[in-house]
Amino acid sequence: MNPGQIRLAIIAVYLLLLLGLGFIASRSFSGTKKDYLLASHSIGPFLLLMSVFGTTMTAFALVGSTGEAFKEGIGVYGMLASSSGIIHSLCFFVIGVKIYSFGRKYGYTTQIQFFRDRLESDLIGVLLFPILVGLVIPYLLIGVMASGTVIQAMTAGAFPEWASFAALKPDGSPSPMHGGVPTWLGSAAICMVVLIYVFIGGMRGTAWANAFQTIVFMVLGLVTFVSLANKIGGQETFFESLKAASASVSESHVTRSEMSTSKFLTYMLIPLSVGMFPHLFQHWLTAKSARSFKLSVVCHPIFIMIVWAPCVLIGVWATTQNIPPAVSANGVLAFLVKTKLSTWLAGLLTAGILAAIMSSLDSQFLCVGSMFTNDIVEHYVGKDRLSDTAQVWTARVFVILIVAVTYWLSLRGYKSVFTLGVWCFSGFASLFPLVFAALYWKKLTAAGALSGVLAMLGSWLYLFRDSGWGSNTKYVIKLGEDIEVMPVVAIFLCTLVAMVATSLMTSPPSDKTLAKFFPK
Amino acid sequence: MKTVLWILVAILIVAHQDFWNWNDDTLVLGFIPIGLAYHMGISLAAGIVWFLMVNLAWDD
Repeated sequence: MNPGQIRLAIIAVYLLLLLGLGFIASRSFSGTKKDYLLASHSIGPFLLLMSVFGTTMTAFALVGSTGEAFKEGIGVYGMLASSSGIIHSLCFFVIGVKIYSFGRKYGYTTQIQFFRDRLESDLIGVLLFPILVGLVIPYLLIGVMASGTVIQAMTAGAFPEWASFAALKPDGSPSPMHGGVPTWLGSAAICMVVLIYVFIGGMRGTAWANAFQTIVFMVLGLVTFVSLANKIGGQETFFESLKAASASVSESHVTRSEMSTSKFLTYMLIPLSVGMFPHLFQHWLTAKSARSFKLSVVCHPIFIMIVWAPCVLIGVWATTQNIPPAVSANGVLAFLVKTKLSTWLAGLLTAGILAAIMSSLDSQFLCVGSMFTNDIVEHYVGKDRLSDTAQVWTARVFVILIVAVTYWLSLRGYKSVFTLGVWCFSGFASLFPLVFAALYWKKLTAAGALSGVLAMLGSWLYLFRDSGWGSNTKYVIKLGEDIEVMPVVAIFLCTLVAMVATSLMTSPPSDKTLAKFFPK
Repeated sequence: MKTVLWILVAILIVAHQDFWNWNDDTLVLGFIPIGLAYHMGISLAAGIVWFLMVNLAWDD
C-alpha cells in the first residue's frame, strides 16, 4: 500500500467506527419524536459539554486556525478564540439556561415555537424559518466543502492511475492533489455517513457521536502539536524544541502589528451568533437539567484554548518552513503533517479534522429537519393529524432535501470558506438582539421583532452584495482613514434600532403572555 | 455578589482588547509570544469567572 492508500484506509475505518456508534445509539431509540429530536431530555453535564463544544468547533478550529495564523500571526487567537471563549459562555449562561427552562416548561423544540408563543405572532415564524434555514445552509456548505478538500489533500497519490482521481494543472502535469479521492466523492461520503447515523440514532446518536468526535479531535490535535514541535524545533528535549521553533518567527507574526485595532474589537460581536444558532438551541433542550449547563459554561473557554493555542503556534512556526506558494493557507497544516510526520499519524489527524467537521454537520442536519417538522408541518397540518413516526420521517425527508441542495452548491465551488463563515455568523449574530430582548425586555412587540428581522435581512443582503457576494475577502466598513469595522456592527445596529424603535411605538403582548414569560 | 461578578465579566471583555501588548515581541517561557500568552491567560480567567458565576449567581 502506498501512503495515500494507508491514509484512505484509516479514514475508512474511522467512518465505519462512527456508523457502529450510530447503530449502538439507535438501540436506545424509543421511536417517539421527542426521543428522536431531543433525546428525551436525557443528556447529562459531560455529554452536553462535549456535544455543544463539538458542535461549535468546525474544521476551522484545526485547519483554519493554523491557516489564519500562518497569514496573520498570533492575533487570530485573540480575535477568534479567546473572544469566543468569553462570549460563548456568556450566551450559554444568559440565553441557553433561560431558553432551556422555558423549553422544559412549555414543551418547545425549536426557536420559532418560542418566538411565536412569546410574541403571540404566527408571522414571526413565517419570516424566521427561511432566514434561519438560509443561514444554516452556508454553515453546512463550509463543512461539506472542507471535508472533500481535506480528504483529497490527504489521500493524494493513492490511485494516480485512475482517470477519475486525476487532478491536473492547466499545462497537463499532475497537481499535488493528483491521485487523491476527488472532492465530489469525499464530500458525498461524509454526507452519507452523517446522514446514516443521524437517521438511525437521532439526537441521542448525534450527542454520542459528537462526544466521541470531540475527544478524537482534541487528542489528535495535541498529538500533532507535540510531534510537529519536535520535528520543527529539532532539539533533544520537547521544551528546547518549542524554543527553537519559535526563535526564528518574524516579528510581524509574533505581534499584532499588522492587525487593525478596530477590526479586532468589532470581531467580538461575531461569537454572539451562538445565541441564535438553531442547532445549539436544540442541543440546549436535550439537557437533563439546568444544572447540566454548569460544566459547559465553565469549561468552554478552556477547551477552546486547548484546541486553538497549539494550532496558532503551528501556524506561526509554519512561516519559517519554506511552504511552497502553491499551498493555500488552509492547506498548511496538511502540508506540514504530510511532509514531516508518519503516514499513520497523518491518517489519524485526517480523521481528527473530519471529526471536527462531522460533529457540527450532524447537529445542523438534525436541526433543519426538526424546524421543518415542528414549525411548518406540525404548526400548519396539526399536531394530532400526524403520528410520531410520520413526523420523524418528515424530518428525515426534509434533511435529505437540504443536504442535496447543499451538496449541489458545494459542487459549484466557492473561493473562500472562511469568508462564507464570517458572513453566515454575522447574520446569526445580528439576530442576537431579538433573542435577548425576547427573554429580558417586556416591551418587545411582534411588530418590533418583525421590523428587526427585516432590518437585519436588508442590511445583511446590502453589505453582502457590496462585498461582491463574499468575493472581497478583506471587506470591512471604513470609518475615516484608520478605523475599520466588521460588517456585523452595521447589521447588528440596524436590527437593534429597528426592533427597539418599533417596539416602543406598538403594543406589547397580552398580560397573560407577559406573566407566562416574566413570572414575579 | 451578582453585581461584582458581572463587573468581573465586563473587566474581562475590556481587558481582552489588550492594547498594551500589541507590538511586543517578547517570548514567554522562551516560546509563547506575549500577545498569545496574554489571551491564553484571558481564556483561563474566563473559566474561573464563569466558575464563580455558576456557583455564586445561579432549581429542575
